[in-house]
This record gives sequence, C-alpha cells and structure tokens, in this order.
Amino acid sequence: MNLMMLLEMASQGFADRGAVQNGDQRLSYAELFSAAGGAAGIAREAGVEKLAVLDVSSLAVPVGLFGAAWSGKPFVPLNYRLTDAELESLASQIAPSLLVTSRDRVGSLSKLPDTQVMERDEFLERALGAETPTADWSMDPDEIAILLFTSGTTGAPKAAVLRHKHLVAYILGSVEFAGAAEEDAALVSVPPYHVAGMSAICSSVYAGRRIVQLPSFDPDEWLRLAREEGVSNAFVVPTMLSRIVDSIGEGAEAGLPGLRAVSYGGGKMPLPVIARAMRAFPDTNFTNAYGLTETSSTITVLGPEDHRVAAASDDEAVRRRLTSVGQALPTVEIEIRDENGAKLGPGERGEIYVRGEQVSGEYLGRGSSVLNDGFFPTRDAGSMDAEGYLFIEGRADDVIVRGGENMSPGEIEDVLLEHPAVADAGVVGVPDEEWGEAVAAAVVLKDGQDASSQDLQVWVRERLRSSRTPQRIEFRGELPYNETGKLLRRVLRTELAS
Amino acid sequence: MGQLKAGSRLRSAVCDTEVMVVAAPAAEVELSCGGAAMLEIAAARSGDGAPAPDAAEGTQLGKRYVNEAGDLEILCTKPGQGSLGVAGALLTVKEAKPLPASD
Repeated sequence: MNLMMLLEMASQGFADRGAVQNGDQRLSYAELFSAAGGAAGIAREAGVEKLAVLDVSSLAVPVGLFGAAWSGKPFVPLNYRLTDAELESLASQIAPSLLVTSRDRVGSLSKLPDTQVMERDEFLERALGAETPTADWSMDPDEIAILLFTSGTTGAPKAAVLRHKHLVAYILGSVEFAGAAEEDAALVSVPPYHVAGMSAICSSVYAGRRIVQLPSFDPDEWLRLAREEGVSNAFVVPTMLSRIVDSIGEGAEAGLPGLRAVSYGGGKMPLPVIARAMRAFPDTNFTNAYGLTETSSTITVLGPEDHRVAAASDDEAVRRRLTSVGQALPTVEIEIRDENGAKLGPGERGEIYVRGEQVSGEYLGRGSSVLNDGFFPTRDAGSMDAEGYLFIEGRADDVIVRGGENMSPGEIEDVLLEHPAVADAGVVGVPDEEWGEAVAAAVVLKDGQDASSQDLQVWVRERLRSSRTPQRIEFRGELPYNETGKLLRRVLRTELAS
Repeated sequence: MGQLKAGSRLRSAVCDTEVMVVAAPAAEVELSCGGAAMLEIAAARSGDGAPAPDAAEGTQLGKRYVNEAGDLEILCTKPGQGSLGVAGALLTVKEAKPLPASD
C-alpha cells in the first residue's frame, strides 16, 4: 500500500481533470502525478531521509506529499508559525532532511543542521520539468507516509507517525473512488501541518475533487473564492466558521447555493455558531467530523441528516445531538472506558478509546500507545448515548477534581453557553486550598449584552449541581485559542489561577 | 497462489486488470481474472491469453469486489476486460454506503 496508488488511480481515471489550484497556478491529475515523480527524483538526489515543507498551502504541498511517498521518504509538513529556535529542535528530529519553504525563510532556515533548504518555486519548477521516473514506489504498508508534529496544547511537540497503511485504510474506508462530479471543488483553508490539511488532499484526490487552496485564512477571501471557483465542499475549524458567519452578518444569507457541503472539526463548535451557519447557508449540508492526528483524521461524523433532525426535534435527547460529533465510521469502533480500563455504558462519562485500521497511535521514537486489544486511548473525555452518538467533553487531563468529585469542564461550558448573554466560555480547574481544585470560568459576553458573575453562577446552579458552579468568573474580550481553534486551557488555567 | 495478504497487488494473466487485496480470509484462496489465475504484480503476462467468455464482463477502476462470504475484498487499481472470480464464482461489486465528505 502506498498513497501513490491513490494518485495513480486518479490520474488513470481522470487525467485531465483539475487536481489542485492556487491562484493562477493549476495542476491536472496527470500533471500532479508527473510532478510527484519529479519530486521523488529531487528527494532521492538530495540523499536525505525526510522531505519537509514549511510553508502555507501551495502546490508544493500535494507535490511534496506524493513525491515523498513515491521516493519512500516520510513527508513532514511543519508549522510556519514556529520560531527559528523551535524549528531547530524539530529539524533535529527529522534530520537529514530536504526542507521546501518560501523565499523569505530560505536564509534563516539554511542555518539548520543537516537540512538542505530549497525554495518552493524552484522545487515546483524542477519537479514539473523532470522526466517522470518509472512507478517504482514501495508497496510496503508499514512505511511512514507522514510525520505530523502535534499542535501541542500541552507539553513539547512530538511527531505522530502515520504509515501508508493507516492513510490508505482511512481513504478506502471513507471515500468512494471518483465519487465527486467533474465540476466539484473543495476549498482547503486549513494549514498543511494540520491532519485535516493532509487528509483533505488524500480524500479529494481519490474522490476526483479539485482542490482550491486558500493559503492564509480570511473570511471574506474564503467567501470570494467559494463564489468565484464554484466551490462545492469545504472543511473549516470552528473559529473559521465563526468568522465567516460574522462576516456575512446577523440574519443575512451567504448566497452560495453551489456550496453543497461544509464539514467542520478540530475543536468544539459553539452551538450558536453552527445554528447561525445553518441559517446563513440554507442550501448547505453540514457535517461535524471528529478525529485526531493519531487516527489519520476523521473517526466519527455527525451528518447533514443528523443536523436537520436534531435542529427540528422537540425531544431534548435528540436536540442535544447537535452538540455531539456523531457516530463512528463503519470501519471504526469506539468505546468509553473508565480510569481502570473497564467499558462504560450509554451516557456514562469516561475516556474515549478507538480501534480501526486507520488508527496509528504512534509517536516517533516513543512507540505505539495502542493497547493489546487494538484500542487506542485518545486522552479525550466523553460519553456515548444509546444510539452511539459521541459527545466530547475536553481532554481527559482537563477533568476538574473538586473535593473528590470529577467534573468535565465541557459540561459546565455548555450550560454557560446556553445563557443568552454569553458568546464564549472556558472552564478550568484552579488550585484551591479547601477543595484541591476549584471551578473557574472565563466568559466572553455578546456585544450589547450584560450579565454579572452572580447571574451566571445562579444560571449554572439551577441547571447543574452547586459543586459545578464556578467559584470565580472573569469576563474577557476573547478566549485564548490556538490557530486551529483549540481552546488553550493551559493558558487559561495559568491566568485564572493567578 | 496460496494465502492472500491485505495490501498485496496482483495482475491478470489475460487482460490489463490490476488489483490490490483489501481484505482476505486466512484460508488459501485462488483469485482469478478472466478465468485465469492472477499473477504477482511483478510477473510478466505472456500476452496471448484472453478472458474466458464466462468471465469477461470487465473490471472497473476504483470499484471494490467481494465474494459471497464477504471475507474477501479486492480493489481494482487498473481496469481490464476480465472479471474477477474465486473458486469458480465471480466476485460482485461492493455497494458503497455513501458517507458525507468529512475533510
């Protein structure tokens, strides 16, 4: 198995169809295939072990990804927001490498040890100009396809290992070959160093859907590209969708009837944002996707029909599903287990475990965290209802232990977010002499709305037990998120503890 | 041919068909295409054979083929004129359950 097999099939099936475009630059499937071969030649000639890209989305990303697969070297998309000092530590983990980057960073990155730096346009030009070598990629399923340094909301970054067998299993299990119509296009605005950026390339190639890259997210630019390029599909993280609906304006419609499907994931979606988005995009099917870097992306989906049924239902248990991440893919099994590893029943809170061929659960140099029974402990906390709808309640490490009682910040945040004056809320445990930990919240109020901390405490107490009522509530202009929409609880905890 | 292994690739002896094994039973299986036993991907085909008339409906790129027991699944990575079969029975196209695009 090799990712190149997916691209080879696509280039056989629809050679002249557009594969990827960025501004005026475009590649057909046949051209992408040929460029991947050229890139494989460049990587082999350089005599390195890894092919890394440190850049915003560009044609060099899919060319590099497939070229690396062809040459048998892991592809490493690096976060371009990191400082040179941070990059030095990552570079040492992947050395010797060939690093493709933008013109302005060539100079500083050339100082990295055991790293050959190549400017993006030169890389593309050479890849496109080279003779296509014979199709000699390895079909060893255990070879590494991608190393992805995780976003690191806690601790030092470590590289998740995704092997060809994981990614190919994910694509074969979730995407129908040539399932896209000829005119379909996917707007990709997540950065290449996010697992969704990688899986978007693989899924689109196998479906035969043209990728339209948006290198640097901006809501107006996103709307413009969606309109001008006839975009049919898009993936966004919650903060992106929030900014898009803000840009459209309250009560207005986006006027994008051609946008058939928007999927979202990568962080918790506030209910008011998705509700507004469903009004702004009345013709669009929304899908919530939940997954981790270590699981080759999506493991559960809340599909369009689930969204509509939940939004229209009078049954509280069904309505609540709008806040779930849906049900497991047919190729994936999910269990909720307690801290001793025992399986829990419907509605019971615990840690989310997942099993399936797409699950890697492995970090470079640290081995695999997959248990003997094949399940991977995600460190995400959650519960599953009787129908298998999964509810995420933050990281297992985020559980607040107050006087021996375990509570999930997500549950308290959900209640705060239901308050009409609350736009956003983050809950963490802070050290407390009496209880060990106390519940603290940071709250962002909606424009023109008012609520006191006492009002909000009463609101929570009436809906949850009093022990879950935040002892301290601070009001903020905004909460700390990383660039892919994950709430930085570590930061919030430090701020609220002081 | 013996035991099939998930991930391994085979080619038809009598047409252009190439496949990848997605899932296979533990027992030995002889996979055929166009009525003739399939070859390892690296093997050359002689070029003078043709699919048998009762196994000539062809394979389609990207389709997955399964046996009746459901424990054998084959992905067509290159189409051809022969039909895939095992133990004298032709494989059928696996109906894909449509999933919403998630990324």
